Amino acid sequence: MPKIDSGDTAWVLASTALVLLMTAPGLAMFYGGLVRRKNVLSTMMQSFFILCLISIQWVLWGYSIGFGPDVGHLFGNLSWFGLNNVGLTPNADYAPTIPHQLYVLFQMMFAVITPALITGAFAERIKFSTFVVFSLAWATLVYDPIAHWVWGKDGWLHNLGALDFAGGTVVHMSSGFSALVLALVMGRRKGYPRITPPPHNVTYTLIGAALLWFGWFGFNAGSAVQANELAVSAFINTNTATAAAAIGWVILDWIFAGKPTILGAATGAVAGLVAITPASGFVSPISSIWIGLIVAVVCYIFVVVIKQRLKYDDSLDTFGVHGVGGTIGALTTGLFAQKIINSGGADGLFFGNPHQFLVNAIGAGSTIVYSVVMTLIIALILNATMGLRVKEQDEAIGLDNTQHKESAYTLID
Amino acid sequence: MKLIIAIIQSDKLDEVMGQLDEKEIYLKTVSNVLGCGRQKGVTEVYRGVKEAGTLLKKVRLEIGVNDSYVQPTVDAIIKGARTGSIGDGKIFVLPLEECIRIRSGETGKVAIG
Repeated sequence: MPKIDSGDTAWVLASTALVLLMTAPGLAMFYGGLVRRKNVLSTMMQSFFILCLISIQWVLWGYSIGFGPDVGHLFGNLSWFGLNNVGLTPNADYAPTIPHQLYVLFQMMFAVITPALITGAFAERIKFSTFVVFSLAWATLVYDPIAHWVWGKDGWLHNLGALDFAGGTVVHMSSGFSALVLALVMGRRKGYPRITPPPHNVTYTLIGAALLWFGWFGFNAGSAVQANELAVSAFINTNTATAAAAIGWVILDWIFAGKPTILGAATGAVAGLVAITPASGFVSPISSIWIGLIVAVVCYIFVVVIKQRLKYDDSLDTFGVHGVGGTIGALTTGLFAQKIINSGGADGLFFGNPHQFLVNAIGAGSTIVYSVVMTLIIALILNATMGLRVKEQDEAIGLDNTQHKESAYTLID
Repeated sequence: MKLIIAIIQSDKLDEVMGQLDEKEIYLKTVSNVLGCGRQKGVTEVYRGVKEAGTLLKKVRLEIGVNDSYVQPTVDAIIKGARTGSIGDGKIFVLPLEECIRIRSGETGKVAIG
């Protein structure tokens, strides 16, 4: 009978709250500051409401599909619907020293932030009703199965040995590539890219980035599900990679944009956080510096060069930061992983084991393919039935007014 | 009676107000505006996207005065706002048909203060 450890339980309780903070208000502010003032509420509502939706979806069927008894190594069955058979005694497979329901709640916060990340792709132009249906469908059909592949008992990528400590593939690659699909299916905002609205409040974005950095310690270090050396390892890697990536992006901005920008520092930091996510429990702090620098360069190229050249409207750079950053994370994990850091892991290519790189690449590739295909199907069906985009006139007036009948800022009192 | 509208540099407002106070011209309305003349804008960059700044932040002063106060007001504004470079702004003097004090209903020269 697995025994509950109070230190582990306390840490995972705290981590659960930290990861919630990443979505609300972290992501809400990060994205909110980037859009026009007439759309800030709708952008924030998307993150906030997903927290509400998935909080229910997860305890009903989401957790069961993600982590429940395995079906063909692809998803869990529904025998744990409504947390049936999921009580407070620990589950020995997932987290033997904390109550099972705590593990459920911890994982829930990951299931919450993943669809919330996608909102960046369709900012300023999605219909709220369709957005709600899309988020629930995507969570159930894309997130839950992929979570099962990587983290579920007997999931095929888990069995293959893919190393993803806290969700580089499950959270960032899935959302990032799905975001790209949606951006392409829905099309560009009116006037884009000739009219590219500047962020209406970079201070919100910076506050959001700081909250994300803070909360991410729960995301990564919490994924150790124990209050032990591994959690510390993940913690220090998280901070180091993030700082390196932020500095890297600032230097790139200084060189190519002429000045170091705050938005660049915030974006670089988030890219670093994304890339270190799968690696955090497997690499050394020095490797984390390399991972941070590499992701800053690659994401910079995608966000600043490639997006502007190809002109797709991934409005808030979900693909550029999370899709690309998550891929870099998955691949660099395959390069830099060291068994001496985490005996439960493996060595990467740089430490004599090229097989790990291959396995991680397979994990990355399969996540991309499945996310893209499934999201495309969902998007096309919803577009044909409910319509994804608001009317052109509503887009011009603004979503806060047309979708929510609210104003973020009164102009006179 | 005349309405003086002055567009000045934002950071010159304090000096202009000081100069107006010295001439005992106290009644005014101030607002933030965007404007451009012959001054080149500042380019901002957000994730590599350059925003060409053509409109610049300025401050707009509106002062209703009796004819005898027009010259002192204009002099005060110029003294406070002039730097000698492009971007100092402009002063417009418009004829003012009527002025009414809301509190008391007084009109004309008395109402202007």
